[in-house]
Amino acid sequence: MQTAEAKVEAKNLISVEHLKKYFAIKQGLFSSAKYVKAVDDITFDIPKNSVFGIVGESGSGKTTIGRTILRLIEPISGVIRYLSTDITSLNKRELRIFRRKMQIVSQDPYNSLHPRKLVKNIIGEGLQIHFNLSSEEIYKKVRDILEQVGLREEHMFRYPHEFSGGQRQRISVARALVLKPEFLVLDEPTSALDVSVQAVILKMFKDLKREFSLTYLFITHDLAVIDYMADYMAVMYLGQIMEIGSKDDIFSSPMHPYTLLLLNSIPQPDPRKKKKKVLPIGEIPSPIDPPQGCRFHTRCPYMKDKCVKEEPEIRELSKGHLVKCHFPIRLIGT
Amino acid sequence: MKKVRGNLLNINKLKVVFYTYRGIIKALNGVELWMNKGERLGIVGETGCGKSVTALSIMGLIEQPGEIIEGDILFGDKLLTSMKEASLINIRGKEISMIFQEPNAALNPVMKVGFQIAESISKVKNKKIGKEVYAEVRRMLEIAGLDWERTINLYPHELSGGMAQRVMIAMALSSNPKLLIADEPTSALDVTIQAQILELLDELVKKLGNAVILITHNMGVAAEFCDKMAVMYAGNMVEYARTTNIFENPHHPYTRGLLKAVPKIGRTDELQSIRGIVPDLVNPPSGCRFHPRCKHAMDICRKDFPPLVEIKPDHYVACYLYWKEGIKNANS
Repeated sequence: MQTAEAKVEAKNLISVEHLKKYFAIKQGLFSSAKYVKAVDDITFDIPKNSVFGIVGESGSGKTTIGRTILRLIEPISGVIRYLSTDITSLNKRELRIFRRKMQIVSQDPYNSLHPRKLVKNIIGEGLQIHFNLSSEEIYKKVRDILEQVGLREEHMFRYPHEFSGGQRQRISVARALVLKPEFLVLDEPTSALDVSVQAVILKMFKDLKREFSLTYLFITHDLAVIDYMADYMAVMYLGQIMEIGSKDDIFSSPMHPYTLLLLNSIPQPDPRKKKKKVLPIGEIPSPIDPPQGCRFHTRCPYMKDKCVKEEPEIRELSKGHLVKCHFPIRLIGT
Repeated sequence: MKKVRGNLLNINKLKVVFYTYRGIIKALNGVELWMNKGERLGIVGETGCGKSVTALSIMGLIEQPGEIIEGDILFGDKLLTSMKEASLINIRGKEISMIFQEPNAALNPVMKVGFQIAESISKVKNKKIGKEVYAEVRRMLEIAGLDWERTINLYPHELSGGMAQRVMIAMALSSNPKLLIADEPTSALDVTIQAQILELLDELVKKLGNAVILITHNMGVAAEFCDKMAVMYAGNMVEYARTTNIFENPHHPYTRGLLKAVPKIGRTDELQSIRGIVPDLVNPPSGCRFHPRCKHAMDICRKDFPPLVEIKPDHYVACYLYWKEGIKNANS
């Protein structure tokens, strides 16, 4: 702990090195176990007070990363640092201090709140566990945090089913924020919401980040949401990072074919932008038996022989912009 | 008097309610809509606005505890709302087909995909299932971009979401219907697969010339696919115009609000939300159902419901802000 306190100045709040998480799946009595390689050797840093976006399609491992960083799921190997503390080596008791600092808001606002608890208790439970507070103090804190997320004192005495999706997501956020965390994993926090509600919630996240100087890991499948929220981003495909860098670099000059095709696939809310576009070929392969060589080669229209045989290393092609591709797309003139 | 404004489909003042233990849900509150042959219409709106109920009404699939209490649906010269189930069967699947958000749930889990398509073809064409029908199945699977030899013997659970939606599309278009209703056909799919499915649908419909109603909450999907768009709010059609007009010159305050709330790549302005929340349709607001959330609300908005009027050629809005222009146009 002392080391952590001493290095508060450190630039990165979270560092992830060579993180791996495989899930074993039973295949039958006599066949050997197979693994879903949900997260397969992933390295990235999240600078303090920034928003790091992870984007990917289903099966890319983005949710597993979020949960593994919080040690809600145990990784099979790799290091996760919170400032300079390696939290993968902490035991349960030591981990508790970090649990308060690292919170999660998950996608489904309907299943992530206990249906038989009052909002007051849902939000107050964490306070009871982590701080030694009287019930009046807890009451005050819960009331204040509800105001911060745009709800009122009277809402404390209601059950989750009495709220709309957007309001429930606010309750989830209040539950996370009441512990004064420094780091929040936001796992598709607006995917279940209508666009007009999504706009409110995204703005709230931006405001709260400023107010509480938070750092976010923002997981989503929606590139437009990443564009709105993130400072840095990683594009994931079948458990691996294909491209990582600052959001502006990736959006202005995507270098991995997958990133480019992902951008092409998004329907633009602009009827004048209709045009024929190059799309990825076929379907997403199963993460149980991901393709050899480059994992994207089966869908890549620019695929060459080398891509089938050799897995590309992730390389830094310009400052802070890394790409895992043998034949990255270069901008004309560079 | 039945108003006829489109040569394929005319919906006039359609009201649908659902009787529930909480009270009567006034799901559709006098919906008006019309379309011509071969047109592509997008119906957009948020959860609970009545997009799907409109589609189910057209298909004649409003069942207990729901009921159509007012209005009519005219398909060509056939009055669907007064037809008996026995004659609706001759329209459903033949002249109007539908595909759904969850393609896997729409397929029978214990029958092979090939057989299910064959069954629907045999029904539509009144042929016994045999070589001829299976030849047609093969053709449809190929058109849908599937490897027929493999797919024909698969069960629905062996299909990915994208493949299952391709099968549904093949099935729905096998009768070459005059109208295809696609209810959120890509909402459950990944974005790359969504793009592929939209491309396929675009290609096939272009070839066959079917009219399409695409129901979606995704403004981007509507922008890419549709010629015209209808925006729904709390059971009403609030704006109806060409897609370009909806995006570039939206009039209804709700449409404007919705467009400002959509994140899109390269957007530099802050997202704006619409204040307030969607009303409970058991107790909808009086007058215009949007008035509690509208910053332009006037006295009349609280009392009366604004009719859908043509404010410019082919641009219809249900809002008292444009009421005068609409009257002028109607008289001239």
